[in-house]
Amino acid sequence: MHPAYSVIVFTTASGAGYGLLALLGLFAAAGALPADTGLGIVALGLALGLIAGGLLSSLGHLGRPERAWRAMSQWRSSWLAREGVLALLTFAPAGLFAIGWVFLNDTGGVFAGLGVASAVLAGITVWCTSMIYASLKPIRQWHNVFVTPAYLVLGLMTGALLLVLLSRLFGVWQPAFGWLAVASVLAGWAVKAAYWHHIDTARPRSDLGTATGLGRLGPVSLLEMPHTEENFLMKEMGYRVARTHAAKLRRIAHLALFALPLLLSLLALITPPLLSGIAALLAVASAGAGVLTERWLFFAEARHTCMLYYGRAA
Amino acid sequence: MTSLPAERGAKRLGLVIDLDTCVGCHACATNCKEWNTGGHSAPLTDVNAYQAEQRGVWFNRVHTFEAGQGADGRTVHFPKNCLHCEFPDCVTVCPTGASYKRAEDGIVLVDHDKCIGCKLCSWACAYGAREFDEDEGVMKKCTLCIDKIYNTRLPEADRVPACVATCPSRARHFGDLGDPHSAVSKLVAERGGFDLLPELGYQPTTKYLPPRPAARPLDNVGQRPRPANEDPAPAGFLRWMDRMLSR
Repeated sequence: MHPAYSVIVFTTASGAGYGLLALLGLFAAAGALPADTGLGIVALGLALGLIAGGLLSSLGHLGRPERAWRAMSQWRSSWLAREGVLALLTFAPAGLFAIGWVFLNDTGGVFAGLGVASAVLAGITVWCTSMIYASLKPIRQWHNVFVTPAYLVLGLMTGALLLVLLSRLFGVWQPAFGWLAVASVLAGWAVKAAYWHHIDTARPRSDLGTATGLGRLGPVSLLEMPHTEENFLMKEMGYRVARTHAAKLRRIAHLALFALPLLLSLLALITPPLLSGIAALLAVASAGAGVLTERWLFFAEARHTCMLYYGRAA
Repeated sequence: MTSLPAERGAKRLGLVIDLDTCVGCHACATNCKEWNTGGHSAPLTDVNAYQAEQRGVWFNRVHTFEAGQGADGRTVHFPKNCLHCEFPDCVTVCPTGASYKRAEDGIVLVDHDKCIGCKLCSWACAYGAREFDEDEGVMKKCTLCIDKIYNTRLPEADRVPACVATCPSRARHFGDLGDPHSAVSKLVAERGGFDLLPELGYQPTTKYLPPRPAARPLDNVGQRPRPANEDPAPAGFLRWMDRMLSR
């Protein structure tokens, strides 16, 4: 599948934003973060900025972005519409929660409830994002049980790494933040390793024989394309550039998204504040590059069943 | 509404495509483009139409495959367009309501005024039936020539999809596959018509007819024992006639 930058930025940025928003909501509600104006502006500003920036970026994928408002209407059947509705809904408690934190310096009582509600809605939104992909039967690299956990845990993980950095920056760090970052990196690594193992080993459900129904006659192969130039399907579904470097890019993802952030997060747990803050910053930078690589691969490694008709593997 | 219609009529309009008689002439694809670039989905935009890297929207594309090996091997021309599935995921994934399945005849259509061009429907279609019009920024697809088959200004015989009307080898048939007594349903039953990618569960309305078994004895016609009183084996046109009549 063609890895569109707009969609890669959308899923990674909003994932990190929702992860950070959820953690801010939960930890503030639990009293583990002070309702400090500066911290609120920067942390919630970053979380909501990542979410809004990601959503705006997703509009870049549309042929008619001026009609994007229509995408809310079909939530009964469409995961994309559900994602849009939930994304907008999340802004309501998150906005009120931010007002309480930044202007009233209050994250208790009703604002604690709003924080928890923001966290729950953030989780559901990311779940909906993942289901846009996981519900597509023609793409076996997406239509499997590992995709939703991967989206959820990577959102949580990138959010946790940001939380560690911000909490060091504002001197409100707690060991729980550090351990959460370490645990979420380990969980993310496990899920993605399982995902890659699955897509490498699972047998495709369909082949050219079932696609054409000619399997009954014996082996089937493409003799002639319908046309000599590339059509929309071949550009959109038949993207091959990154696939040739998939092995290398996977190693980069393992290193930048998991190995380095894990080491740096452990380092950030045991070093004094300044060093710890630097380690946290490096962890965020590394994971940022890593998650972009991972999302690029998520698209580039996905093969669409319709490409069978063009003589390619599913 | 992109939810599938809860109450549907019995009518299921679709095609039956005969892989035995298709000669791969691309007339269906051409006439489809000709009709539809002026109809419901107009225009079917082309980009770089007269230079390198030309591309554009086509609802029909004719692939050619080789199937089987050795003496059983054969070349199969394979026209492909929207199959108007019973359970079209391309409709349910649509976030705007632009895609819909008609309750009255099962035709899957796009309302181009509502489409935002997110391309998700093309991702959800395993058959590659939907094509993005990059000039208009919306998704387009086969309408089963809805502006032709119901057009009462046309003579009744012409109220069939453009691809069916033009096929010189009668490899395409149009009709109501929801009616077990229709000509197309009988054809499917007679010839063992099948679904493409049945394992994915979309239950396409349009069916394909398999190539007939090859006429094996043909190879031996020249060598058949000839009765003593028969003329020597003919040559040229008569030999061909002899083989045909001996099938």
